[in-house]
Amino acid sequence: MTSTAVEHETLSTAQAINRALRDALTEDPTVLVFGEDVGALGGVFRVTDGLTAEFGEDRCFDTPLAEAGIAGFAVGLAMNGMRPVIEMQFDAFAYPAFEQVVSHIAKMRNRTRGRVELPLVIRVPYAGGVGGVEHHSDSSESYYAHTPGLHVVAPSNPADAYRLLREAIASPDPVVFLEPKKLYWAKGEVSFGGGEPGIGTAVVRREGTDATLIAYGPSVPVALDAAEAAARDGRSLQVVDLRSIVPFDDATVCAAVESTGRAVVIAEAAGFASVASEIAARVSERCFHSLAAPVRRVTGFDIPYPPPKLEHLQLPSVDRILDAVDDLQWEDA
Amino acid sequence: MESEWKFDQYIYMVINEDLMLPTREPVMLLDPEGRPTAGDGAALPAPDDLVRGLAGMVAARRFNEQSSVLVRQGRLAVYPSSYGQEACQVAAAQVLDDGDWLFPTYRDTAAAVARGVDPVEVLGLLKGDWHSGYDPYERRVAPLATPLATQLPHAVGVAHAGRLRGEPTVVLAMCGDGATSEGDFHEALNFAAVFRAPVVFFVQNNQYAISVPLSRQSAAPSLAHKGVGYGVPGELVDGNDLAALLAVLSAAVGRARSGAGPQLVEGRTYRMQAHTNADDATRYRTDAEVAAWADRDPLRRLDAYLRTQGLLDDARAAAHADAAERLARHTRDGINVDVVPDPADLFAHVYSRPTPQLVEQLAQVRDELSRDEPSPDATGADAPNRAEAR
Repeated sequence: MTSTAVEHETLSTAQAINRALRDALTEDPTVLVFGEDVGALGGVFRVTDGLTAEFGEDRCFDTPLAEAGIAGFAVGLAMNGMRPVIEMQFDAFAYPAFEQVVSHIAKMRNRTRGRVELPLVIRVPYAGGVGGVEHHSDSSESYYAHTPGLHVVAPSNPADAYRLLREAIASPDPVVFLEPKKLYWAKGEVSFGGGEPGIGTAVVRREGTDATLIAYGPSVPVALDAAEAAARDGRSLQVVDLRSIVPFDDATVCAAVESTGRAVVIAEAAGFASVASEIAARVSERCFHSLAAPVRRVTGFDIPYPPPKLEHLQLPSVDRILDAVDDLQWEDA
Repeated sequence: MESEWKFDQYIYMVINEDLMLPTREPVMLLDPEGRPTAGDGAALPAPDDLVRGLAGMVAARRFNEQSSVLVRQGRLAVYPSSYGQEACQVAAAQVLDDGDWLFPTYRDTAAAVARGVDPVEVLGLLKGDWHSGYDPYERRVAPLATPLATQLPHAVGVAHAGRLRGEPTVVLAMCGDGATSEGDFHEALNFAAVFRAPVVFFVQNNQYAISVPLSRQSAAPSLAHKGVGYGVPGELVDGNDLAALLAVLSAAVGRARSGAGPQLVEGRTYRMQAHTNADDATRYRTDAEVAAWADRDPLRRLDAYLRTQGLLDDARAAAHADAAERLARHTRDGINVDVVPDPADLFAHVYSRPTPQLVEQLAQVRDELSRDEPSPDATGADAPNRAEAR
């Protein structure tokens, strides 16, 4: 399958994504990787490091600095037999491409009754926690998740990053692939084999019996830390990692919440009209009779993303999660 | 050495810049009376191409008329007519090979028909049965673009994909004067130039973006001038002169096919009718202005030339009219067939496989519809009247 026979390797998330791109470029000659600074530089986060050298200028290349142009160019390439993987350099720099994403990428299959499919991936380094100055830390998942026709995934670890990206590139549907910037350097064991399908499936990361924490992307490690802290206080918290925001895995999420009767949804994005709102609503509608307390959300405040010295106040923290858990109408409280 | 290098670069730029600029006046090979503008008319396309082009324009005009009637009869929701722009519509299709691609806008239905797409399917968007009525791969015609200029970067991508595979594909991408103000127009030209993509950008400058005149879109000497900033040669052509359009667009297509990169062509024409049936053009332009453009009609001009050359007689003209009538009848008959849209289609094509949520939502709609079954005697009572032939 690849140049190396190793089936498992310890990689950072950025390295796992790089490896997924390399393996896809190797296996499928129609895969193209392009965007701003993805060529000689290897991307501002080095995610595309070495790809131009290995696969040549036709397969991994820099484009003019124009996100709508990049996305629109990808549409045409995908219409004509290619599988483009485009990089939007930062979350907030993807907004010029919004019309292409919403009006064309998301709708092409539907408006042509399935005759034209767009197998393309939009990679977006996203969310905060890395001390970025303004326009470098947006959690933009709700915009994409609200748009029918897009799949939206957010890995929380290197293994999922590899597998989800391979699946996204192989998918006949357009996928918005959200890469949590603060997890780029986090290391983990990555398996290059087939594995379980990831897109459309959530996974229980930690078993627990008292309450369920539901998170995705950069919030999953925080949720796991909170569960660890709660365990020291004698409370058993279950952690569900969505991985896939769209399609949403109602079955896994509901089964988890029904098993504990309590739920806290965690996300960095501003809470109003967000993915977290949607999850809370779905869980309330579908698991109402199993719930011992209203579903709580721990999200970013409804403010523009703060400057670096104040961003810790915006990000869901272990303490804030534990406060929310404490609020879940415990009988022994 | 440093200054010398810069000097060379400067000269290089200036020379090429001059070559990229359009002519001051639009290229015109036949004047409005149908007389060759240059002596013996040596620059004119071959007689067969001109006769074929005239037949195409006669069909396109009949198609425009028929489609407007279908709006008045309630069979189409709306029709943005290209009446008066038939030379541009026909030329855009005629200069392409089968392996090429055409990217039309919502006003370019006649161009799609001229390329061979079934007119009933072309009008699918405007009939309201579905968003896009035809298979884009069948005749290599992209879906009619409703948002402005956003289809242009797609055209560049399609062209680049063909080039990466070593195919001779050229893409002709259409837009209007208003679209040249959109960012995607500029990004597309820039991408095409940087990647030397085989794309011909064909701007039909019909003088109005709904009600807003060209003077409010651009202060440039011409829209064709917009190419030079991207390193894309621009050509300005009389958009009501089919001979000039065929010559200029064919040259651009040939140039793109040879690997020399993209070109921008502005066809200067006029939207003879309102933006759509929902528009009132008398609020923003005068009858005198419209009348002046009627004197520049593209059909009359070519008809006059071909008759003076002995290339067209009444019998041949009648054959063109008959063919146009058959097209109109086919269009009418097809549009008058009531299609009952299947609600399941709403959920079937959002993704390659419907998500569990879409499966639930379809079940909800089916359940609603099953509770909504009309009583047998009410069936068909309020069905729309079938439109009669005009």
